[in-house]
Amino acid sequence: MGQITLEKVTKSFGDVEVIPPLDLTIQDGEFTVFVGPSGCGKSTLLRLIAGLEDISGGTISIDGQDATSIPPAKRGLAMVFQSYALYPHMSVRKNIAFPMRMAGLPKDEQDRRIAQAAEALNLTDYLDRRPGQLSGGQRQRVAIGRAIVREPSAFLFDEPLSNLDAALRVGMRLEISELHKRLATTMIYVTHDQVEAMTMADRIVVLRAGHIEQVGSPLELYRSPRNTFVAGFIGSPRMNFIEGAAAQALGAHTIGIRPEHIDVAAQDAPWQGTVGVAEHLGSDTFFHVHGTGLAETLTVRAPGEVSFRHGDRIGLAPRTQEFHRFDAEGLRIA
Amino acid sequence: MATRHSRSAARLMMAPAVILLLGWMLVPLTMTLWFSFRKYLPMRGGDLGGVGFDNYVRFVTSSAFWPSVQATLVIVGGVLAITVTFGVLLALLLDQPIWGQGIVRILVIAPFFVMPTVSALVWKNMFMDPVNGLLAHLWGFFGAEPVQWLSQAPLASIILIVAWQWLPFATLILLTAIQSLDSEQLEAAEMDGAPPLSRFGHIVLPHLGRAITVVVLIQTIFLLSIFAEIFVTTQGSFGTRTLTYLIYQRVLESQNVGLGSAGGIYAVILANIVAIFLMRIVGKNLDA
Repeated sequence: MGQITLEKVTKSFGDVEVIPPLDLTIQDGEFTVFVGPSGCGKSTLLRLIAGLEDISGGTISIDGQDATSIPPAKRGLAMVFQSYALYPHMSVRKNIAFPMRMAGLPKDEQDRRIAQAAEALNLTDYLDRRPGQLSGGQRQRVAIGRAIVREPSAFLFDEPLSNLDAALRVGMRLEISELHKRLATTMIYVTHDQVEAMTMADRIVVLRAGHIEQVGSPLELYRSPRNTFVAGFIGSPRMNFIEGAAAQALGAHTIGIRPEHIDVAAQDAPWQGTVGVAEHLGSDTFFHVHGTGLAETLTVRAPGEVSFRHGDRIGLAPRTQEFHRFDAEGLRIA
Repeated sequence: MATRHSRSAARLMMAPAVILLLGWMLVPLTMTLWFSFRKYLPMRGGDLGGVGFDNYVRFVTSSAFWPSVQATLVIVGGVLAITVTFGVLLALLLDQPIWGQGIVRILVIAPFFVMPTVSALVWKNMFMDPVNGLLAHLWGFFGAEPVQWLSQAPLASIILIVAWQWLPFATLILLTAIQSLDSEQLEAAEMDGAPPLSRFGHIVLPHLGRAITVVVLIQTIFLLSIFAEIFVTTQGSFGTRTLTYLIYQRVLESQNVGLGSAGGIYAVILANIVAIFLMRIVGKNLDA
């Protein structure tokens, strides 16, 4: 069980309101990702759910029970912190055992759960080491182990991968996803990285300045972003936005087209421009095209073998059915 | 430019300081060592020749030696216990966000800037005086008989005075240690279900462990040589004669430089043993 409901939750620090009234329901067993630029209040929201910050108004219920004034330890949630927050003077075994020790679990039950968690997280050989002797990825797994053994009703992750290098991040991303599939427990995951959000989430909550901009599955957000902010935030590279005559021709203030929906066409293409920077990734090539008269730069995704160089003329053909149309307020026109 | 040339230039520039320091330390130390092997009575015939280890044996076998060691240990131990306990508590308190934090912190540090002689005199005359002292008035206010602090509880009084002086040092070191504790660790412990006292015991105290060791060792080195506080209060009577004070008495009151020097060498050895531990721990601290 792990259904979390926020009703009209607000949070202010002094006079500054960081979370205006906010409603959100997280279903049992769901992997929900809070994503948004830094300072959008996503970490604050997670800390409110955890109980590490007091909410200024509204109610938080966990499994239908009002949890607003329940202290963090009693909410049945486990949290993995950005800095891992391992206890440096305790061995890995003691770190993992700590929440069970505090809960007064019998020793053999503790040992059983430690062994199970260590097995699942490949930590069996490291149980007697101190956190200082572990690599970043191992520390991350210890922090997850410490969360698992409590058998919480929901896991809270606060940017857990941001201290890892790129290769490890991809690996841990998979491990956390697999963990979720296996445990089928509610997980709330905070990140500023939209790739993590897209790859891991069942449902993404896009936040800006404490407001929920849109809630939906990764593909929903990708296919029909509700406004220009979500459209620009989800998807990599960023969507191209075009204003002016080209947009008005389609009855919109702004139109958006994703780089992967523009094809490179040699001749008599509708759009013409000059290649600025070409980023060759092997599988793909991203062209930054200038001088199209539509926007300052258009980003285009082309297959890896297409070879244009800096300064070459390039013809572009947008797939017209993939245009997103937005009005003057930036809202989507259906 | 970290070449042989720049290294030799660096040595040249450091030389004056190193030579001054070495001279400052080595000359008195060598003289002490020299005198400790001689029978040297300035008022009674001067240098009367070498006596081998006689002074060392006499210093240790004198009836005043073991009581002075005991008094030293009691004072050092008492001051350490008070400063570490209250230092941790004060540091926890000062770490809380409070109004006027800056001023409170300066006030807490203030006793450290008072010279030992002055603070001992202030305590002796303004607090502990059985007739005019503040404590006598306080006792009198409750109808109790004023305590004659320096004669009835001489060791405790000196411990109190010295602890008052050293509490700011302990507080300061421990405060910086507490401030370096990652707040996420405390939050993690809170999520893990640890009540405040367990959080203190399991997270804060182990984190402070190294800082406490450093406080204990540094203070020990300085406390082994406290002198002014005893000199201006009890003059070594009522069982407050520490090793340092005994050496002073041997040299100046008994005018036996040889015997005092032997005691001084014992003190140097003792202080160095503590210093070795200190260097190791501080060194490890810098590595980590």
